[in-house]
Amino acid sequence: MRGAAGRIGYASVSRAFLALALAALLAADLQITSLHPFADLKRLLDGLVRPDLFAVEIRSILHTVAFAVLGVGLGAGAGFLLAIPFARFRSVRTACAVLRAVHELFWALLLMQVLGLSAATGILAIALPYAGICAKVYAEIIEEADLAALRTLPAGTGAVSAFAYARLPEVAAALKTYTLYRFECGLRSTLVLGFIGLPTLGFHLESAFRQGRYGEAGALLLAFYLLIGTRRLWLRPASLPLLLAGSLVLLPATVGGTDALANLARFAQAVVPAPLRAGDPASLETWARLRAWAWPILTGQILPGAAQTLVLAQIALVATGLGALALFPLVSRRFCGRLGQPLGRALLVAVRSTPEYMLAYLALQLLGPSMLPAILALAIHNAGIVAYLLGRHADGLAYRPDAPRGLNLYAYEAVPRLYGQFLAYLLYRWEIILRESAIFGILGVATLGFYVDAAIAELRLDVAALLILATALLAMAVDALSRRLRRALRIATLPTRLSAPLPVRGEA
Amino acid sequence: MNGMLRRFGGLARIAALLGTLLPGAATARDEAKPPFVFTGIPDQDESRLVERFGKVATYLEGKLGVPVRYIPVKSYPAAVTAFSNGQVQLAWFGGFTGVQARRAVPGSRAIAQGAEDAAFRTYLIANTGTGLARQAEFPAGIAGKTFTFGARTSTSGRLMPEHFIRQAFPGRTPEQVLARVGFSGDHSRTIQLVQSGAFQVGAVDFAVWDLERKAGKIDPGAVSVIWESPPFPDYQWTLRGDVDAVYGAGFGERLEAALLAVDDPAILEPFGRTRFIPVTDAAYEPLIAVGRSTGLLD
Repeated sequence: MRGAAGRIGYASVSRAFLALALAALLAADLQITSLHPFADLKRLLDGLVRPDLFAVEIRSILHTVAFAVLGVGLGAGAGFLLAIPFARFRSVRTACAVLRAVHELFWALLLMQVLGLSAATGILAIALPYAGICAKVYAEIIEEADLAALRTLPAGTGAVSAFAYARLPEVAAALKTYTLYRFECGLRSTLVLGFIGLPTLGFHLESAFRQGRYGEAGALLLAFYLLIGTRRLWLRPASLPLLLAGSLVLLPATVGGTDALANLARFAQAVVPAPLRAGDPASLETWARLRAWAWPILTGQILPGAAQTLVLAQIALVATGLGALALFPLVSRRFCGRLGQPLGRALLVAVRSTPEYMLAYLALQLLGPSMLPAILALAIHNAGIVAYLLGRHADGLAYRPDAPRGLNLYAYEAVPRLYGQFLAYLLYRWEIILRESAIFGILGVATLGFYVDAAIAELRLDVAALLILATALLAMAVDALSRRLRRALRIATLPTRLSAPLPVRGEA
Repeated sequence: MNGMLRRFGGLARIAALLGTLLPGAATARDEAKPPFVFTGIPDQDESRLVERFGKVATYLEGKLGVPVRYIPVKSYPAAVTAFSNGQVQLAWFGGFTGVQARRAVPGSRAIAQGAEDAAFRTYLIANTGTGLARQAEFPAGIAGKTFTFGARTSTSGRLMPEHFIRQAFPGRTPEQVLARVGFSGDHSRTIQLVQSGAFQVGAVDFAVWDLERKAGKIDPGAVSVIWESPPFPDYQWTLRGDVDAVYGAGFGERLEAALLAVDDPAILEPFGRTRFIPVTDAAYEPLIAVGRSTGLLD
């Protein structure tokens, strides 16, 4: 499409992704079992249509907000501090990649070993991965900002002053928008805290859904949609201090106490590979035993798990892209008009706020166990998110007064103009889809997350730690690739923008 | 001046709230007797768990004279973790999770099991669409079918059925014998998934099956029992060794006596048990051997 043949452009990247996804489809384990799930599905629909509104505990809504606000607040704060040295130090980038490569659910399970089933576990389970994510995105926002102001600084300006006076004003708006958006993700993340027993909406939703109390599940889902749909009304920079203080008051009390320090010592020992724990680290025999310990994990879990994870993520990513391109006009005023847009928006809020495990369970009931339900769940959920963001960009474009309408506008103007943005969002989601693939153990799809889940269930924290490390490495590799692609694409298409940070002092 | 005091009061309150974030700090504040806390593995419908453990909490509170609290957890490893990090002192474990917990906490011991748990059983259930019929010997016809276990560390939903599958197909793992192996998470969900046909065959706790059948949640035209396993030891109450140090000498014995004395059907019925009987760790030795042979235990 652009540039000479062989150069990286939108078209060649898109074609490569599509081809990889098709190849992955051949390798994927897809199988449709013909089923008769209609009795159960009819009850589910009944429940969604006639929600049992009195079953919703107001307290669980408050807990959901409290965990999201404190978890994201802490994570975003730490992320901001980490964003400053992010570009300069590989160690910071690595630490952030490890933080965000671990799914909230696994963080919760690991933290629970040390802090017990407590509010601190819930907050940190959100804050730790969010610090990693926010650091990365904040650093990118800072990196992409216009550097004109920086160049006018006098020689000898310190790094902190340069940042505060020349860069921060440039990026503050973008940081604010992104951070407020993260709070919505935080609300979604609180759902998995329910999986370990913290009393968020997710706790009750999972129980109700699992046990077929669909009237209650419908009501809880509705409450959750409302909470997310109204985020802009109650979550603003001005209300944030109040929300933070209120959240501290509203956190659930911890029942029973644990000795966090003793637990930490126990935990630190448990994550050391078993052969090293028992043996003398100076003897060769210990290292031979370590090799004998690690080898079957590598060949039996890490390599096949990574292959399955990549296959799943690749197909889900491309399906997400196709879904997002199809759905984004729904939230654009340009396409749907003043009346249609709010409806489209409500629909997409519902789509992206429906937890993946529910989508996967529904698809499992319809299609039988295979990778297919996982692909559908990931694709639907992520397409909802990307479409929503794209729709807002579509309305942000400046159109000529005589711009075409309908399908012509879509195909000849909106999609081509949005395509770079679309690819950028999709490349972001790549890593996220990779980590979200962790929670589909019920389908018998053996991704890396499936093995982590097994290791935690078997109390083999050393194996879990090794697998999590492997997951983090995979996520980092994908992230590095995505970063290079985005950089290459930006250079190819947006030559006026500086893509690499200039060294502050080198300017003089 | 007054305003300043109020402000300091506010600060103190915030500091106290921050303190409650950490579980250790929370107990330090309660200078009275700390509540005695217990949990149970979430093996079935949570409404039933809340009902059964709520009744146990009330009963124990009356017998022991300390506040007793039940913490619901959502997964088997979460229950074991709450026990091993000391947040709960007592837990209703399955056979295998009990073994895991006692290995993780030196000094802890099994104190009571249900009368039915000495000879517990697994049912293999199949969707009627498979054409598999009930038989006395292990149904080799499950080979090549899709199969769901319960939770990964469930005794009757995973450990023992995996053991029986390995026995029936020597040298092969369940993944090699079956077309697909899933983990439903709990017994109620296993029944649901096999009933709807999402999985063709499943392994389920016989007590939960009976409870669900009585509750009218099973459609006999869609799912049926195809095999009943030989007996094995299962659920038990496991107690941490440090309770006497915290709640006074003899506390553990009083608790044990209280559990064994339960005769109220309102408490026992939600467990699907007739009464609790004494038990020792030794009763679960066979599960350790099975755990090792299936690779779930080192």
